[in-house]
Amino acid sequence: MSFINISADGVELSTEEVKRYSRHLILPDVGVEGQKKLKASSVLLIGAGGLGSPLAMYLAAAGVGRIGIVDYDTVDFTNLQRQVLYSTEDVGKTKLEVAAARIKGINPFAQVDTYNEPLTSYNAKKIFAPYDIIIDGTDNFPTRYLVNDASVMLGKPNVYGSIFRFEGQLSVFGMPDGPCYRCLYPEPPPPGLVPSCAEGGVLGVLPGIVGTMQAAEAIKLITGVGTPMTNRLLLFDASEMEFNEMRLRKNPNCVLCGDNPTVTELIDYEVFCGMPAHDHSTYNNGVVEESDIEVRQMSLQTLKSRLDAGEDLLILDVREPHEWEISNLSNHGSFLIPKGKVLERIAELDPNVEMVVQCRTGGRSADVIRQLVPHGFNNLWNLDGGINGWATEIDTSIPTY
Amino acid sequence: MKIKLFATLKETAGSGSIEMDVQETMTVAALVEQIGRQFPALKPGLTVSVVSVNRDFADMSTLVGAADEVAFFPPVSGG
Repeated sequence: MSFINISADGVELSTEEVKRYSRHLILPDVGVEGQKKLKASSVLLIGAGGLGSPLAMYLAAAGVGRIGIVDYDTVDFTNLQRQVLYSTEDVGKTKLEVAAARIKGINPFAQVDTYNEPLTSYNAKKIFAPYDIIIDGTDNFPTRYLVNDASVMLGKPNVYGSIFRFEGQLSVFGMPDGPCYRCLYPEPPPPGLVPSCAEGGVLGVLPGIVGTMQAAEAIKLITGVGTPMTNRLLLFDASEMEFNEMRLRKNPNCVLCGDNPTVTELIDYEVFCGMPAHDHSTYNNGVVEESDIEVRQMSLQTLKSRLDAGEDLLILDVREPHEWEISNLSNHGSFLIPKGKVLERIAELDPNVEMVVQCRTGGRSADVIRQLVPHGFNNLWNLDGGINGWATEIDTSIPTY
Repeated sequence: MKIKLFATLKETAGSGSIEMDVQETMTVAALVEQIGRQFPALKPGLTVSVVSVNRDFADMSTLVGAADEVAFFPPVSGG
């Protein structure tokens, strides 16, 4: 049987391909017919990061004929702990340039299409159109809702995977008889509630596990083997090595795929989620614009000059204790109160004393300032660039992370 | 009643499960209110989570009793 309509009519396997795919060809249920379907199939990967890495490599190796990848990023040292498409020497290169070469190296028969741009409501449908299957390996909520909505509107399966620290989720959305992401999560979480990998950390091997499971689901959809994850949500916890599964069903009240849909066109997903979709986004969380609280920025150079001049400046570090262990400004007298504890421990702070608030790059510290100002704190500075900026520009003996 | 918590909820609670004293059948919405009174920090995450009752997709109107297994799966976005 087949879950999606992929025709292998007229597709032939060369002698070289027969040899390459022999372990699939002798596998009952896949066989020559399944391998031809793989060759005839096209898959679009959203994101070439932790999930996208194993996806691209295994789908290429498996013989998927056409692989598209959407990602605008460049390779960074912090990617190497889990994004196995990239080598140390690739740092600084565009991800897609490296990914395309890597895929071609694994399987020269694969056609690789690269989309070196952020996925947006304007380009999503156009980019999705030629592909049989969409695979969601993105790293943020606005893009997840966008991928879901565009997949449903175009009637394409969305092989969903998402990770957090030690845990992962897997499902297949957008099938005619199954739910979509919005059936499960009609509303995005409030900004700040769910940390990203950059904020919360992630076990390096976790996207390897979840990404390969997504690849398995895609291959099953193409070849018609087994039972796809439609109507099921897998919850994987690497710390306990536990697999939990929940039976799902379409939500008849879903605004996208329910009985009376109200979302019929792609929307502005950054506004919907109240957060930017990517680092280069110009989206500014509405909370900031609406609030009259202006966060004063102190440049790294200014802080250095003032410390060098012997000024007794208080530096409040609002990161988590395990981040403090990686790097800190304790030699300049900084002290730690994690962002989530600041209001609880507000009594330890003197609202009249000038204070520089600092985190990793400057985002959380700005949030803390917005929390403190209404409590009478009027002499706060946000360290522009955070400790990573300090470590890059001022004191290179401090590691960045 | 044993309530299983995942991802951010597990981190906030410091444990993968919490015990709630549930005497009579109630809706998931009422259960969320009760948990929120005892553990206020969990409330925001609970209200945006997928809920399962005995491993079946449930919603705020689903009825639960002391013998049911209730789990909350908050959204996660990493990739």
